[in-house]
Amino acid sequence: MSGKAPSVDAKKLWGGGFSPFNVSYGKIMMWFFLVSDAFSFSGLLVSYGFMRHRFEEVWPVAEDVFTHFPFLHGDHPLLYVAFMTFILIMSSVTMVLAVEAGHRMNKKGVVVWMTWTIVGGLIFVGSQAWEWYHFIHGTELGALQLADGSIVQWLSDAKDGLLLTNGTEVTGADAAAMIQAGTEVYGANLTVNEYGVPLFANFFFFITGFHGTHVFSGVVINFVILVNVLKGTYEKRGHYEMVEKVGLYWHFVDLVWVFVFTFFYLI
Amino acid sequence: MSGFDRTAEYVSHHSEEEGKKMRKTIWVIFWVLLAVTTVEVSLGLVWKEMGLAWNFVKITFLVLTLVKAYYIVAYYMHLKHEYKNFIYMVALPYIVLIVYLIVMLLVEGVYINEVDVLK
Repeated sequence: MSGKAPSVDAKKLWGGGFSPFNVSYGKIMMWFFLVSDAFSFSGLLVSYGFMRHRFEEVWPVAEDVFTHFPFLHGDHPLLYVAFMTFILIMSSVTMVLAVEAGHRMNKKGVVVWMTWTIVGGLIFVGSQAWEWYHFIHGTELGALQLADGSIVQWLSDAKDGLLLTNGTEVTGADAAAMIQAGTEVYGANLTVNEYGVPLFANFFFFITGFHGTHVFSGVVINFVILVNVLKGTYEKRGHYEMVEKVGLYWHFVDLVWVFVFTFFYLI
Repeated sequence: MSGFDRTAEYVSHHSEEEGKKMRKTIWVIFWVLLAVTTVEVSLGLVWKEMGLAWNFVKITFLVLTLVKAYYIVAYYMHLKHEYKNFIYMVALPYIVLIVYLIVMLLVEGVYINEVDVLK
């Protein structure tokens, strides 16, 4: 056998006829899309980091902002968002189990696991809506916007004293004059934010909104694919690669949340 | 399917037995992700009482986040088991961009503290 080149799997060659990546066209395109989408999210999170560094002293601490938990009173920082994270991780697991069932041509398994994935996605989107509602609505006490536009917090429920951002407490006649000149604000929107700078609210709405849009479209796409599975489209086709492709998208959404969770709520 | 759609050539199927093994891996990764998230949340709740330095906590959060990201991409998105050249094609452009963004962030972050025309 001298002089003969070692045999190479034809699928690994670049010569044409086969994908040298051993990945189908559709899956490669999904990966390209995800990489470019990752660029967008990275840009958003990096600009968030920059602005947060720039306005460090007036930036709200997420722990003080997101303290609600459904049906529970009092302060529960991080708990609800931890629950949301858990739901999204769980739905990633059910998604990958659906893909695995697809590899075995197990239609029933794909249906069951995809349904759970959709349920998880809906719970997550609902949770986000709930959190937005509380953020926009604000606290019962609200805050005071001074004449110069900066936000200060009330010292107590009586609303006769103020806590400045540098930690100084103002009471008595000084406080009364500042209250007279300022306006009471509640909740957060794009121009005013009772927790601190409006920029925090802008980034919060944009980044979690952009991510939430991804989750929502993921739920819709998952639903469309589930209908196809039920109709037996992929059974007839002989493979469940479409489930794999939406699975990639769904895991990406989970992946982005891992970073949003860290940068918005933990750090 | 038509001659144009050649997806079937690259589709992977596996047996009942292989499936069992894969499902085991999937659940193991799930427990890893859950454990890392639990550590993150607990650390976020108690680091002040424990008297830990914020910088240390911050770096820990970043490392744990990257660990989670690795497991999701490598196992759930199956990238670890693709061909090497495909892994590079996906990962390298992203790594180049993110390194560039972080360098920009650090350079400009230091600069804005020096000039700070806005303050």
